[in-house]
Amino acid sequence: MNPNHTPAPAAAAPTAPAAATEGSAGTPKLSLGHLFRRPETGSLIGLLAVFVFFSIFGGETFLSTSGAASWLNIAAELGIIALPVGLLMIAGHLDLSVGSVIPASSMTVAIVSGHFGLPMPVGIAAALGLGLAIGFLNGYLIVRTDLPSFVVTLGTLFAVAGLTLGLSVIIAGSTSVALKSDPVSKLIFGDFIDGKFEVILLWWVAAMVLVDYILSHSKYGNWILALGGDKVSARNAGIPTDKLNIALYMGSGLCAAFVGMCQAILYNSAQVSAGQSFIFNSIIAVVIGGVMLTGGYGSVIGIVLGTMTFAIVNQGIYYTGFDANWASLIIGVLLLAAVLLNNTFRTMALAHASPRTKGKTSK
Amino acid sequence: MTTPLLQLKGVNKSFGPIDVLHDINLEVRAGEVLCLLGDNGAGKSTLIRLLSGVHKPSSGEIRINGRAVVFDTPRDASDNGIATVHQFGGTFALMSIGRSFFVGAEPTKKWGPFEVFDRKKANEIAVREMRQLGITRIDDGDRLVGGLSGGERQALAIARAVHFGASVLILDEPTAALGVKEAAHVLRIVLQARKKGIAVIFITHQVTHALTVGDHFAVLIRGMLAADFRKGEKTREEVTDLMAGGEAMAGLEAEIESHLH
Repeated sequence: MNPNHTPAPAAAAPTAPAAATEGSAGTPKLSLGHLFRRPETGSLIGLLAVFVFFSIFGGETFLSTSGAASWLNIAAELGIIALPVGLLMIAGHLDLSVGSVIPASSMTVAIVSGHFGLPMPVGIAAALGLGLAIGFLNGYLIVRTDLPSFVVTLGTLFAVAGLTLGLSVIIAGSTSVALKSDPVSKLIFGDFIDGKFEVILLWWVAAMVLVDYILSHSKYGNWILALGGDKVSARNAGIPTDKLNIALYMGSGLCAAFVGMCQAILYNSAQVSAGQSFIFNSIIAVVIGGVMLTGGYGSVIGIVLGTMTFAIVNQGIYYTGFDANWASLIIGVLLLAAVLLNNTFRTMALAHASPRTKGKTSK
Repeated sequence: MTTPLLQLKGVNKSFGPIDVLHDINLEVRAGEVLCLLGDNGAGKSTLIRLLSGVHKPSSGEIRINGRAVVFDTPRDASDNGIATVHQFGGTFALMSIGRSFFVGAEPTKKWGPFEVFDRKKANEIAVREMRQLGITRIDDGDRLVGGLSGGERQALAIARAVHFGASVLILDEPTAALGVKEAAHVLRIVLQARKKGIAVIFITHQVTHALTVGDHFAVLIRGMLAADFRKGEKTREEVTDLMAGGEAMAGLEAEIESHLH
């Protein structure tokens, strides 16, 4: 900033005390109108709608603890990936490569600690390190080439899938490797609580808290929103956009690797083909959660709601008398409805002006 | 006379074989509004890009307080106190007013071991600074920038530049997309910025707006500085004729008038 000009005296404004004492600038007003202008409201309505729907058609088994566990377990695995993918989407990017980072990480921990019999922490570190490395590669390629992230991560999706398959066959001689993990690793990453709930649920909650801190309560959240809102202006405002992009991709790589690692420990084995479904499922969860596909807007609560909605439809169908194939139809319709609804709420949020002062711009 | 705050000396800019700006000499002083006039394609945008660090001059130099400077990035320009506000002002439509005001310079507070974004403070300052520029409708810093009118967005962007200590404010066609009332308000804000001792470079092709706030005028025609004069030295008709490249616009206007009746 220019030292010759001091902005401080500008603060002594006649209107300043009024604004400060009212506190209206800082505290959000909790009213029904306010709630309806929040774009996540659409996601909440969607979640409630599918929950009621499956409660009616799924009956008591859907509402039992085992019913809740079945969709919550799915939600947790998807949710841990949807959160960082959501951050990327808010920043204006996609990450398709999660679909092959999951099996690559599963295979890594299984080969290192199962096939070679090294201690579990080594296998876990290798798996997570692999996720970070693939994330770094994605981010670096996108920053350096300025190519659309869709194309770059589509490339790494296939490249990593090919590498995983090829190397697994060369090293382990099979596309499926067994893993016998030590009790501590099993307890932390791949056990069941009460025999039904996967321990990964707790990790999902931890991820929510962390990502919410980043997005809503740290300056990095502001940077992410700005990056997705307008890349050039964000850079001009002094945000290190390249580093931020790379860090976000490393985040999604790490989370995808974490889920893959947990799956290998949970199922005591790893397969090269697991994980492709996460590519679109994570995008669907994030979009149902009200994140704008083109970037610049989104929230953690929305992403979590979107993830739960997806998981309820995905698992709830088994509790109804319907053929499971109908689940995809519901998800497809839900996705379109969510996008339309979110747009409506966003328009309402943008157009809002309190009626009292509407149309008055100057004193 | 004191040293000009910002000075261009013999600035040329060409893109390959195309000469866009030719031998531009200009200066602007603190507390003065320089109006840069010119028709579309006259080189106004290129001149702004040179000043805001997007492009570098092919030859000639830019001086700040008499000292020659080279801007490698837009960041360099803003570090030297030059702030550029574009036609649509705040560009982050889906961010809150408080958040977009502080993009890249977020106020934080301690919360245990964590550093958290001080939303309350950001909102308070943003709202207060906008109020200072006469935007009294906005009392909630959580509102989204996209919900503001064109004039309010301009005010937000100008308030931001002023708050962060800009000494040169470049306004790129701030009134072009606005209605009459909103444009008048933006012009009033320009005068307020001038009163704070900021050097304002006001780019426009609306002669009336320029004559209302300008102290000093420069007309660009096909990359050349066609005229450089001070307030009161030329009439509105003369300026319009100049901008049109010396053709008698008055005659043309009369002709159009006759067709309408």
